[in-house]
Amino acid sequence: MVAIIKYNSGNVQSVQYALQRLGAASVVTDDESVIRNAEKVIFPGVGHAAPAMQYLREKGLDKLIVSLQQPVLGICLGQQLMCNYSEEGDTDCLGIFNEQVKLFVPPAVGVFKVPHVGWNSIYNLSSILFKGVAENDFVYSVHSYYTALGKNTAATTDYIVPFSASLQKDNFYAVQFHPEKSGLVGETILKNFINLP
Amino acid sequence: MLTKRIIPCLDIKDGRTVKGINFESIRDAGDPVELAILYSQQGADELVFLDITATVEKRKTLVELVKRIAANINIPFTVGGGISAVEDVALLLQNGADKVSVNTAAFKNPTLISDLSNQFGSQCIVLAIDTKKEEDGEWYVYLNGGRTKTDTKTMEWAKQAVALGAGEILLTSMNNDGTKNGFALDITKALSTTLPIPVIASGGAGTMEHFTAVFKDAGADAALAASIFHYKEIGIPDLKNYLCQQNIPVRL
Repeated sequence: MVAIIKYNSGNVQSVQYALQRLGAASVVTDDESVIRNAEKVIFPGVGHAAPAMQYLREKGLDKLIVSLQQPVLGICLGQQLMCNYSEEGDTDCLGIFNEQVKLFVPPAVGVFKVPHVGWNSIYNLSSILFKGVAENDFVYSVHSYYTALGKNTAATTDYIVPFSASLQKDNFYAVQFHPEKSGLVGETILKNFINLP
Repeated sequence: MLTKRIIPCLDIKDGRTVKGINFESIRDAGDPVELAILYSQQGADELVFLDITATVEKRKTLVELVKRIAANINIPFTVGGGISAVEDVALLLQNGADKVSVNTAAFKNPTLISDLSNQFGSQCIVLAIDTKKEEDGEWYVYLNGGRTKTDTKTMEWAKQAVALGAGEILLTSMNNDGTKNGFALDITKALSTTLPIPVIASGGAGTMEHFTAVFKDAGADAALAASIFHYKEIGIPDLKNYLCQQNIPVRL
């Protein structure tokens, strides 16, 4: 069973549908014991860092997430919240990854649009999450903030600057893009996560 | 490298595609879900579903349809047509839509854009603008599916919408729509080079060269078309291979 953490963030449904297509049972929940006992945990997220962190703290989910022992996958805002700090709303985050989340600043108007929307390539793939995914395969992203490159970077994307398209440390995995919306490449990544020991 | 997006648009009425045509590979040309799956398999980067259902009661069918689409396709999709309330949007997003597009209601009540972007984030709010170039050479905003002219210039409205929190602009040129003579390059370029958010060009696609022009000359971030895909005049894989040869970044 995969537990998808329920909090005040958008489009959790798409993640559940994607798991359904892969034949994986999942439940959307904020129940501590259900999350703790799940084989895998997905920490999704679309929205704003500050209210999301506030909600997680109110529900005690912040302490729960960092203490999880099973494989955990953060998606989009989920990845950002797993870092130390986000410039979005000047927010202290969970601190699983010792990285900073910064706002994209285009060098000139009309050259790079923000948010970064669409299909971009990922490279320097170094996590088991990307088994069967080729260097420079395309994934779908929508975001205005990015995680800088660091020692936990597991995939890189170039947009204005090279940034962490994915992070991994111990049992914690994270992707900035949306695997649930990234066609067959995204399905491969989700399948790899589900099949982790 | 971030790629240019190819977006087929499906018109929906009472839960069925309008002007559905039979593809060999699908059983029911009127079923939006079958067509959506086919387009996503062919390499469409996103899909837009435009609901032209007239009555409020029938709108319930849209939510059911959104659920089925979300359960069956693995690429992002936008739902638009007659959306005027925050509750409508909440329902569509909760059921799996990635983005919604707003048009007339946002023009009449611009705070709708800020309400939506504050609640759901700019990334899922697409502002659709129907525009027409008048004899004075200026592009004006039209409402109600192009039936009602306004005195507002398209650039002014687009800038205001960005300030209110729109995440993308879907720009349809009424002068070009249905002509198959190419996209409106001038207004697309004006918006695309001025606005800090992505611009989706729509209206006028007839040949593969038209896509090259709208990406290379007008700087569009995405191009939307309907009939050339529905009537199989241009196949999405052929189009993307062609654009790749033209050195336009696309997802293959």
